[in-house]
Amino acid sequence: MLIATSSVTLWFVLLLPFLGSLVVAGLPTRSRDAAALLAGAVAFAGTVFMAALYPRVADGTILQAGVSWLPSLGLNIVLRLDGLTWIFAMLVLAIGFLVVVYARYYMSPRDPVPRFFSFLLAFMGSMLALVLSGNLVQMAFFWELTSLTSFLLIGYWHQNESARSAARMALIVTAAGGLCLLVGVLLIGKIVGSYDLDTVLASGDRIRASSLYLPALILILIGAFTKSAQFPFHFWLPHAMAAPTPVSAYLHSATMVKAGVFLLIRLWPVLAGSDAWYLIVTSVGLITLILGAWAAIFQQDLKGLLAYSTISHLGIITLLLGIGSPLAAVAAIFHTVNHATFKASLFMAAGIIDHEAGTRDLRKLSGLYRFMPVTATLAMVAAAAMAGVPLLNGFLSKEMLLAEALEDTNETFLDQALPYLVTVGLIFSVLYSVRFIHQSFFGPPATKLERRPHEAPHWMRLPIEILVLACVVIGIFPAVTIGPFLDVAVRAALGGGAPEYSLAIWHGFSKPLLLSVIALVLGTAAYLVFARSLNAADAVPLLGRLRGRRMFDAVLSVLVSGTRWLEDWLGTRRLQPQLRLMVLVACAVALLPFLRHGYAPGTAPRTLIDPGFALIWLIGSACAVAGAWQAKYHRLAAVVLVSGTGLASCIGFVWLSAPDLALTQLLVETVTTVLLLLGLRWLPKRLPDNWPGKRTPASVVLRRGSDLAIAVAAGGGVAALAYAMMTRPLPDAISRFFLERSYAEGGGRNVVNVILVDFRAFDTLGEITVLAIVALTVFSLLRRFRPARESVRDPEQQRLQDAFDEAHAGRAPGDTVSDYLVVPRVILEWVFPFIVVIALYLFLRGHDLPGGGFAAGVAMSIALILQYMAAGTRSVEARLRVRPTDWIAGGLLIAAATGAGALLFDHPFLTSWFRYLEVPLVGKTPLATALLFDLGVFLLVVGATALILIAIAHQSIRRPVRPLRGGDETGVEKR
Amino acid sequence: MELVLALGIGILTASGVWLILRPRTFQVILGLSLISYAVNMFIYAMGRLKVDAPPIVGSGAVEASRYDDPLPQALVLTAIVISFAMTALLLVVLLASRGITGTDHVDGDDGE
Repeated sequence: MLIATSSVTLWFVLLLPFLGSLVVAGLPTRSRDAAALLAGAVAFAGTVFMAALYPRVADGTILQAGVSWLPSLGLNIVLRLDGLTWIFAMLVLAIGFLVVVYARYYMSPRDPVPRFFSFLLAFMGSMLALVLSGNLVQMAFFWELTSLTSFLLIGYWHQNESARSAARMALIVTAAGGLCLLVGVLLIGKIVGSYDLDTVLASGDRIRASSLYLPALILILIGAFTKSAQFPFHFWLPHAMAAPTPVSAYLHSATMVKAGVFLLIRLWPVLAGSDAWYLIVTSVGLITLILGAWAAIFQQDLKGLLAYSTISHLGIITLLLGIGSPLAAVAAIFHTVNHATFKASLFMAAGIIDHEAGTRDLRKLSGLYRFMPVTATLAMVAAAAMAGVPLLNGFLSKEMLLAEALEDTNETFLDQALPYLVTVGLIFSVLYSVRFIHQSFFGPPATKLERRPHEAPHWMRLPIEILVLACVVIGIFPAVTIGPFLDVAVRAALGGGAPEYSLAIWHGFSKPLLLSVIALVLGTAAYLVFARSLNAADAVPLLGRLRGRRMFDAVLSVLVSGTRWLEDWLGTRRLQPQLRLMVLVACAVALLPFLRHGYAPGTAPRTLIDPGFALIWLIGSACAVAGAWQAKYHRLAAVVLVSGTGLASCIGFVWLSAPDLALTQLLVETVTTVLLLLGLRWLPKRLPDNWPGKRTPASVVLRRGSDLAIAVAAGGGVAALAYAMMTRPLPDAISRFFLERSYAEGGGRNVVNVILVDFRAFDTLGEITVLAIVALTVFSLLRRFRPARESVRDPEQQRLQDAFDEAHAGRAPGDTVSDYLVVPRVILEWVFPFIVVIALYLFLRGHDLPGGGFAAGVAMSIALILQYMAAGTRSVEARLRVRPTDWIAGGLLIAAATGAGALLFDHPFLTSWFRYLEVPLVGKTPLATALLFDLGVFLLVVGATALILIAIAHQSIRRPVRPLRGGDETGVEKR
Repeated sequence: MELVLALGIGILTASGVWLILRPRTFQVILGLSLISYAVNMFIYAMGRLKVDAPPIVGSGAVEASRYDDPLPQALVLTAIVISFAMTALLLVVLLASRGITGTDHVDGDDGE
């Protein structure tokens, strides 16, 4: 019971932000308050529910909830909550709530605020799902989803070019990293044989011993480093500051950039502990720490400074994880929480300064303390935490960092140099923190501001107050506040063997304390000396050439031009070379097995040759060759000849025990011929000779020769393949199943029909859907149809007839043609009910005898189209209202509803039901729901076929539209 | 019979392939029709040839070897209907292309 309720809570907390995102997205553009209220309520509820789950995980229990998705592939949706994920989930939800409150006051009412909150909630959900993932593939999926929502949020002010390009850059870098992560995860899955997190975490030794360990490690690290803005992928983060400040506070300092770190902590027990891990992760973390801090010193933009400082602090966490000792991992988790609190509050303070002073340029800011003492005090405390001043939380994790750096882990030079390099990074960090505070809040009142700044509204400061309070309380009473939570998280992360550590402010005079003091003193001193020259700096010294952005642009442009070149070189937009290549490749691929294994006809007894059959196929083949010969200059003849081939194959089907196929082929042949004849009207007259008086050019002869060779090769190959296949005995496949069960379980004697409407009804449903889509596409393409210039006029014969009618008194245009057609028309009108009856007959008997929905549908549409042919479109439509789209919709609905009906009786979709009923006089009659399904097929086929044919036929009676390329023909409205 | 049918399928395929490599749209449509006949026949023939054995069973026990293979038949039956739809769609696309570009060349451009 307990587990059930907690899994419900997990699902609820996870789905709430996504639902909220959808609802908020639907709010009107101007409803800022409603959107903020809803988003705030979602975040607050999530925080409360997640907090309520704490007692369940406090003793080290792992809560799991999940649904099977593709269990055979090891893909299940698993939610997994332990102490580590709990801390991250709380960060996401609680800071999310504070950011929503802050954003309500930060966002301008002129912006489409609901969209902002919708994206923010979507991010919150994705991030939550990422940390709660109990399956690595699922984690990679939500990883990409956070990249996507981050892209949307950075580009929120999309009217701004820099926002658009920053969003694109962030997406390309982090999504590419996500792709690497996915491949890395797949490799892990290959090693372990499962993507389930628990299984993976238990297989650390196996993974480290595998030969795939190094590639998997590197790919996963690329994913983590891109996301957490580690060198050399750090450059996207400063550009991402184009986002609204709440986004910077939330995504780009507190949560999303921590995803990379989270991943490293999560997989720490599995991946850490090797030399490769130590070397790569430690050195990347160290470089990032120093470079980020160095670059932060020279930023003139408040948010830029904070962005580089974030990079540097993420470097600290990475470095700690790289060191690889359990104590360092504890420090990493601790610093993640600390950094989230002080950096989010600093971003919010920077947002307030921007809001009130109208600029974020440090050179213009000065003396803001007198205008906004509260914000200034809060920012000072947070900045002090960032610099690592005692009694604040930043100090504690920094002490742990220094202690770990001093520890002798191994004999490498890196390990020996670590304490000094880290201290250098910390000196920089003190320097930019002091600069941030002194430059914006102290000194003479600023003179270059556009407006007079004053304190922000109280509700806007509240989130900062809460976060700063957390900094102070954790800083002073670490053991009672964060201690228990950290303990649970550490035990969950490290898997049982958690180290002994003490969260105290005072550890006596120690080396770490000494280094801390040195950093504080030197950093402050450096600011005093260099303050002026820092304000004059335009670029980051030493790193000016190492601009990540420039490299990124260069790589991107090489990629784009390379793709263009490939496309020019390998691609063609001409159809003939494409088809030629396709046929050639198909021939070559089909030839390969014969080359390897040789070709021999089978040994099965041949069927006796019947002269009649041979004659029919001789005629059919001759028709095909003649059709191919005539298709260019004599289209009508070619259509007739190709129909001849169709009839031959139809007779072939009858001969070879496939009456259903023969029936359908015959009917479809009829409508296809009508269709092609309707199309002929719009094609240009073809002159018999392209090169009058000259010989055909050699290149053309060559091309035709090679095409002929390709055609003969393809035909010969298919013939040889077919012969080899037909002369081998048929293996006992699933057909026996269909034959044996058809009557017993499907209630029909016609096995082909039972397969279509019962055994494989789902395929048929898909098929008729395709048919419906094609018919609608044809219809909509023809609505905008513009015939070519020379096809706009009536055909010559019709013009002659109309001219005759006009020249004679008492005749209306069109009389001649209706006189011509009077006998066929009468016959066809009389025949109409008979064809309808035949169609119904075919339909009803389909389950037991050749027929069925397809054949009946086509027959019915032939009945309709014959009326059009005999009497003309206008007169048919005056008497008979055919609404093909209704037939299509009805058919699809009936078929789908029949299938869904099975669900009501707890059977899978499209399960059929049948009974034999004793009907008086008629006797035993099968009654099957499959018949209902077939009715859907029938209606849809009628509708689709009729829609296609009528739409093309209608073109002739449309008032000719203006020809596309000018022209002098005057449109004549037709009958 | 097998030899006759195999040759027929081969000739139909060859004519169809020749036509789809031609430059005029109408030739391509007819070529695809011919290829559909050939392919339908080919798939059908994969169930082997039987005369006078349509897969229409009685109501008693069924001796499967007495009937023609119903599975390729079911596949081909829907393929026949779909190939009609494909021909129709292609025809309309080509007619529209002819209206817009003024030529019935497959690339919408006579080129020569």
